[in-house]
Amino acid sequence: MPDKEVNPPAPRSRLPDLATLMRIALIGIVMLAMLVVFGWVAGWFSPNRLTQAKLMSAFEGIAGIQPGFRHNHAKGVCVSGWFEGNGDGAAISSARVFQIGHVPVIGRFALAGGMPFQPDAKGTVRSMALQFLLPGSAEWRTGMNNIPVFPVNTPEAFYEQLLAGKPDPATGKPDPAAMQSFLASHPETVRAGAILKARQVTAGFSDSTFNSLDAFYFVDANAKRVPVRWSTVPELTTNGPMADAPADGKDALFDALVSHIKAQPLQWHLILTVGAKEDPTDDATLPWPADRQHIDAGLITINAVTSENGGGECTDINFDPLVLPVGIEPSDDPLLGARSSAYAASAALRAEQSKKKAPSAVAVNHD
Amino acid sequence: MTEKPDVFPLSSRILHWLMAPLVLAMLLIGVGMAASVSDRYHLLVSVHKPLGIAILVLIVVRIVNRLLYPPPPLPDTLSPIEKLAAKGSHILLYTLMVALPLIGWGMLSAGSYPVVLFGRFALPAILPQDEMLYGILRPAHTYLAYLLFATVLVHVGAALMHLLIKRDGVFESMATVAVGLPHEPPQAPPIEPLPLADAE
Repeated sequence: MPDKEVNPPAPRSRLPDLATLMRIALIGIVMLAMLVVFGWVAGWFSPNRLTQAKLMSAFEGIAGIQPGFRHNHAKGVCVSGWFEGNGDGAAISSARVFQIGHVPVIGRFALAGGMPFQPDAKGTVRSMALQFLLPGSAEWRTGMNNIPVFPVNTPEAFYEQLLAGKPDPATGKPDPAAMQSFLASHPETVRAGAILKARQVTAGFSDSTFNSLDAFYFVDANAKRVPVRWSTVPELTTNGPMADAPADGKDALFDALVSHIKAQPLQWHLILTVGAKEDPTDDATLPWPADRQHIDAGLITINAVTSENGGGECTDINFDPLVLPVGIEPSDDPLLGARSSAYAASAALRAEQSKKKAPSAVAVNHD
Repeated sequence: MTEKPDVFPLSSRILHWLMAPLVLAMLLIGVGMAASVSDRYHLLVSVHKPLGIAILVLIVVRIVNRLLYPPPPLPDTLSPIEKLAAKGSHILLYTLMVALPLIGWGMLSAGSYPVVLFGRFALPAILPQDEMLYGILRPAHTYLAYLLFATVLVHVGAALMHLLIKRDGVFESMATVAVGLPHEPPQAPPIEPLPLADAE
């Protein structure tokens, strides 16, 4: 740059000349550019991006801040038992869990919602979460619900639905107009809502069927991939209606579950539903046709129950649906990544708050 | 002049330039996955873990390499305070590059997550399952990652200062591609700390 010569060197001045200033500016630009890229990835400039933090505060908007509890499915109880694979699942997946054999299982039954002290209600969505402890460090974790389809099919819609359900500070109730406007722009939720309304709700946890809702791919030893949704279906000869089920009370559903498990082990069949090519894997609001192939992969036995307070093994487990063994892979369902990331954020928060956690509502009388 | 080891040993330069993009990628992946609920989340997490362990292995190799082949001394044109800042920031960089993968591995262990690197290959837990510990390590991982990014930013800024302002050969001592042993002295002659006129 010849015009720099215009600037006569000032021999005794400590002030940098123009060229030096430009070089300093260049360094600043490089550093700023790095910071901008970092901030862009971190979402500093994308206030509309849906993040884990936004989902967490949306749950807190409804349930309040509940230190140390899960942001969703906050009220629950720990169980354990085992899975006895019959080998039939091995036809579609190389995962060791589907070979003939015995796999220890840690689980958690819970009610949907971020309120850890909500009274049990029959219509509240029930969940069963399982952690299959495979040989080595391999694991399979899954969280299932007693509903046939999920009300939304994207993380964004899930978030909007949470916001629409947020209680109005003035009335203490959600604004019906907000939910109506949400439904007006989400026909898939209206369709799913009709299916949810028509479902038969069983008496309690013990006789509920729990569904993965999201689809996954099962991969066999030859790398053949098939879409699968799975369910746990109660074995009614063991889990059938029990006379001693407590009728009422704030924790009636959990109390019944606890007394059932104490009376005798409960059992569920692990049913794999194999999708056809045309079945949607990316939309949890849509059911698959009923005539799809079902594989009964074996029997889950739950023979022990422990409260979250009493050192229940499930308490600190994040039932991340993307902790999968080789032989099961995520599908293109956008809810899976969102669940995985939101669960991780919730798990991190509750670990940080674990000292402040109030005792869990569900008690188990250890005789 | 040529007998003086004015550039980093070749092994040090290879390790530096191999790790630089890995560490930057790692920081971006980490900060990205912590602010994403999209489809990319799972992919980012799946890359984050093996990449972190790769960085841990590389930094151990690098520390051994540094002990065997020490870096060239800083030029005397740097003030004692500048030398101290350079030394301190490098100790911080090395410490964080060791600490972050270890804390990541440790926090997953304490949080009861399987540390799967790829396929069936998983690492053992290095800490017992402990919710309190997870509650400390998980935020520590985040804060130290921000500190590492800030330190990297300062490191890049300082390197460019050496290249463009001081022109004392410090940048070239790491950025020289030449493989041969005796190195030519840095392009710009060692001049006064604040160049008052453009040499070009």
